[in-house]
Amino acid sequence: MLAKRIIPCLDIRDGQTVKGINFVNIINVGDPVELGKLYAEQGADELVFLDITATHEGRKTFVELVKKIAQNLDIPFTVGGGISEIKDAEALLAAGADKISINSSAVRNPKLIDDLARNFGSQFVVVAIDAREASNHWTVTVNGGRIPTEKELFSWAKETEDRGAGEILFTSMNHDGTKNGFANKELAKLSDNLSIPIIASGGAGSMEHFAEVFTEGKADAGLAASIFHYREIAIPDLKNYLRGRGISIR
Amino acid sequence: MKIVIIKYNAGNIRSVDFALQRLGVTAIITDDHQEIRNADRVIFPGVGEASTTMGYLKDHKLDILIRDLKQPVLGVCLGLQLMCAHSEEGNTTCLGIFPEKVIKFVRPSEDSITYKIPHMGWNSVSGLKSALFDTVNEEDYFYFVHSFYAASGIDTAATCNYIVPFSAALHRDNFYATQFHPEKSGRTGSKILENFINLKY
Repeated sequence: MLAKRIIPCLDIRDGQTVKGINFVNIINVGDPVELGKLYAEQGADELVFLDITATHEGRKTFVELVKKIAQNLDIPFTVGGGISEIKDAEALLAAGADKISINSSAVRNPKLIDDLARNFGSQFVVVAIDAREASNHWTVTVNGGRIPTEKELFSWAKETEDRGAGEILFTSMNHDGTKNGFANKELAKLSDNLSIPIIASGGAGSMEHFAEVFTEGKADAGLAASIFHYREIAIPDLKNYLRGRGISIR
Repeated sequence: MKIVIIKYNAGNIRSVDFALQRLGVTAIITDDHQEIRNADRVIFPGVGEASTTMGYLKDHKLDILIRDLKQPVLGVCLGLQLMCAHSEEGNTTCLGIFPEKVIKFVRPSEDSITYKIPHMGWNSVSGLKSALFDTVNEEDYFYFVHSFYAASGIDTAATCNYIVPFSAALHRDNFYATQFHPEKSGRTGSKILENFINLKY
């Protein structure tokens, strides 16, 4: 059986791990390579490293960091943040990244998805979508959820698949940071509408939330940050719990 | 021991090199025919599209070279598919080391499980048959990312089930191949690379 994946996400600024609560109030939680290795040993199935550095200098630091991660980690990892052209992706691939994740840049220039998929293959391209619901309408947002766009979640998700996305990482801005559970209804709809894997993000607060996202939410992977960083949930405990619930887990 | 990773127009070469480094092994990444022929072990990795890659191999006469190698050779992912007879991807005639055919995954029209394509993530393998799997357990998990698969056949050395049972690994004479990525499959994956290096030859 294909296992459901547990993915800790590490936000990186200037080469260090941080976590934003609702994308504000950033607190440092350590060295990305060491934390990544620890998660891998504990049974994380994949890791995501998001660079939230905006400066050119920070960017170079990140590419260096990606190489260090690739040398030290024996599980797949995705890197994201600040990828707006082919050459950004190329540098990260050369450094050893397995996948890249694009978000705002794909919204601004959807053709980027086609170009990346053609150059590096769909398996390399994760499209991250942040969306916020108001009066039953899911608006795609950019810049960490701050700026609403013209795009609607479900039609945009379908478009990214048609353009060659290999996976979708969906974050509900309504759920993110709340610890009240994932946006299961929307996740299930995405899973039914699309044929590529869906990674669920935003709202994990308990082990039960992961069980729900894999059953009700039909997600292929569950991503979380703070609950792992602050040791509220240990990955081995989570995996045992999910196995006990009859969910296919490595 | 001299280990060569065949350099060609495909991704993922770096990851294999890093995985070998973690085992304390230094590999040479090259497309030089003499270097490849003289190696004790040859690794043929790859992520990419079959017809383009096969075209590149032919242009560089690497197709004939790989087919004639006598030392242990390990194909990974696209490497496995290119070592088969034919791939549906771009209707490509491949190296023909294994008689198996490479077919595209098709989502079953009616099923209680929603199968996603590509087949991406950790899946268990069984029916382990070659020395590559020494001390690996039945139903251990490996990391897969692919949309095409090698059908089960006489060379199948491990089976994975996703939509259909398919070849997770193939073995014939000195040729070994895995559809999964040992370099990304944690400790179990490292074991595969270690077993390959330690093959009696």
